Amino acid sequence: MDIGAAKMIGAGLAVVALLGVGIGIGNIFATLISAIARNPEAKKDVFGVAMLGFALTEAVALFALLISFLILFN
Amino acid sequence: MHSPLHQFEIEKIFNFSIAGFDLPFTNSALYMLLSVLAVALLVFSSGRSIEKPGVIQVFAEKIFGFIQSLVKENIGQTGQKYIPLVFSLFTFILFGNLFGMIPYAYTFTSQIILTFALALVVFVLITLIGFIKHGFHFFSYFLPPGAPLFMAPLLIVIEIISFLSRPISLSIRLFANMMAGHTMLKVFSMFTISLGVFGFSTIIATSVLIGFEFMIAFLQAYVFSVLTCLYLRDVIELH
Repeated sequence: MDIGAAKMIGAGLAVVALLGVGIGIGNIFATLISAIARNPEAKKDVFGVAMLGFALTEAVALFALLISFLILFN
Repeated sequence: MHSPLHQFEIEKIFNFSIAGFDLPFTNSALYMLLSVLAVALLVFSSGRSIEKPGVIQVFAEKIFGFIQSLVKENIGQTGQKYIPLVFSLFTFILFGNLFGMIPYAYTFTSQIILTFALALVVFVLITLIGFIKHGFHFFSYFLPPGAPLFMAPLLIVIEIISFLSRPISLSIRLFANMMAGHTMLKVFSMFTISLGVFGFSTIIATSVLIGFEFMIAFLQAYVFSVLTCLYLRDVIELH
């Protein structure tokens, strides 16, 4: 196989990890909305934790993105 | 056209050598110096006047109050003496990320050696604090309380691996966020050429992404300091 084509396929495969990240971020915000809907008073406390969880989950997406960038541009 | 990774190249500004060792002053060192100067400005401008605080003083005291409540929530009352550590880590990373958002500026937090050095400082510190506070009793950290004894060989190995992987995950998180974010901005602006007539539409996508990057710049500094606080609490309280 042509090495350029293999690189493109590899970069595409590397971002399959975004599947899990999408589910994870969706879960975090779905739970945040239902938590705030049940107890609007808790919004201030819950929001910070949700943002922390969002950042930690999003970091996984960026690891995958980084790998695919490294494959494409190196 | 430069590749999107060209922005991370280190260039020498001027050469400098002591006793045969090359110590060039690079663009990365320049922005680190700028960010340290910004932190120093914050520190020296706080607590100046009570009647008429300036803009910088209000900003500095807001950040200080934010870090104070962060440490209080995550470590507890005993954590007051770690406020300077968390404050300097947070502001250094925050200014590094924000200075990197200036066009043509260099983002030094996108270098893995820098983030790894910061994470290693935190790691060595928490290990030392654990040993100073608890002596050899610190090793009980690696066996969760209430675990059945026959599981001990497995649990201890897992706990040691998770303890040792902390500096790696802490540093790679910050580095990958900054590097992927900045590369993504460049890749999106490269679409301007390939889209032809519709090239103007990338300005909307890039503007949204820049706003997102500013949020990430703050959020990653916050995550780094929150995790430092959590690790500190782990070794101070032991379970």
